[in-house]
Amino acid sequence: MSDNPNNWPLWEIFIQSKRGLEHKHVGSLHAADPQMAIENARDVYTRRQEGNSIWVVASQHVHASRPEDAESFYDPADDKAYRHPTFYTMPEGAKYI
Amino acid sequence: MTDVKNLEDIFQAKIDAEQKIEPKDWMPDAYRKNLIRQISQHAHSEVVGMLPEGNWITRAPSLKRKAILLAKVQDEAGHGLYLYSAVETMGVSREQTIDDLLSGKAKYSSIFNYPTLTWADIGAIGWLVDGAAIMNQVMLCRTSYGPYARAMVRICKEESFHQRQGYEIMAVLAKGTPGQKEMAQDALNRWWWPSLMMFGPTDANSPHSAQSMKWKIKRQSNDELRQIFIDRTVQQAEVIGLTIPDPDLKWNEETKHYDWGTIDWTEFNNVVAGNGPCNKERLAARNKAHNEGAWVREAAVAYAAKKAKRKAA
Repeated sequence: MSDNPNNWPLWEIFIQSKRGLEHKHVGSLHAADPQMAIENARDVYTRRQEGNSIWVVASQHVHASRPEDAESFYDPADDKAYRHPTFYTMPEGAKYI
Repeated sequence: MTDVKNLEDIFQAKIDAEQKIEPKDWMPDAYRKNLIRQISQHAHSEVVGMLPEGNWITRAPSLKRKAILLAKVQDEAGHGLYLYSAVETMGVSREQTIDDLLSGKAKYSSIFNYPTLTWADIGAIGWLVDGAAIMNQVMLCRTSYGPYARAMVRICKEESFHQRQGYEIMAVLAKGTPGQKEMAQDALNRWWWPSLMMFGPTDANSPHSAQSMKWKIKRQSNDELRQIFIDRTVQQAEVIGLTIPDPDLKWNEETKHYDWGTIDWTEFNNVVAGNGPCNKERLAARNKAHNEGAWVREAAVAYAAKKAKRKAA
């Protein structure tokens, strides 16, 4: 990151494609402030009417897990097959369960 | 300036067109209040619902059942979290919402004010209580408020194992020794009617239902959902050889539904009013957990501050 105050900060862009759906990350861009980031995101990411709503989040506020740690990080879920409905044997003939 | 009437028309037009309402959209005050009440009650129910089941974690009959029950209770905590977050999107602080539960101002589902006396109760809760909750929650996946609907989709996916593990417990007990079968039947006898009460008052006695349906917060009436639940559950009880404790239960060839007896609404109102078998115990347990967890919350903040200071240095 540059310390030059004239360099615009980076923003992560989330687009909701349709009312009711979640906002999904689509990419990032530079802008001087949130309003400009929203307008630029409109121009960059919704040129073909992909969007119903836009969220912008300053990239410096995104904290992420490390994919290279995935094996040990998610390991607690590995041996818990009983969290899935298919683990259970349903009596023959039972419906809607 | 657009007047409120006009805003209300625009709002209702969105709802009628099956569009979701999002946190920053204009919404009538009553819609917001109604949802804050409903979603927070729902969140509290998930959290208080951990107590009757938590009661059996240390006494589950096998390591397998213990691990399953732990996983289920853990899920309920997660569901509480999703719902509390949905309440926060309406501009109410998390602290306020939790305080309302702890002070007894907010309600939660009355079903959790009944005790879990035997291991079979864990089966009955999964099968009946989660079964009834799922009926309601599947409907709520299509509720009009976006954050609530999205939380419900996630919850319903995770919920699918809960009912099956409960039904499996009941099926195993029903096929076991006469004593085990009797225990399963006794649990069914005690949980059946309270489970039917979970759907709320009859449509005739549910004054707020019409408005909730108009706003598409609810999409099916209490009585409709209750009837579907009964129709499905009677068949499931037959399959495992248990008897629904209702002498008036009878298949009606004309309506293609079961006719059934009458809910004891005096009992229902009594438990809602705070006089159920475990109301006081549940609230005391929540308050105890919250108070005894205070040092953990403080320690986490202190540790975060220390880390930040170290990083800055």
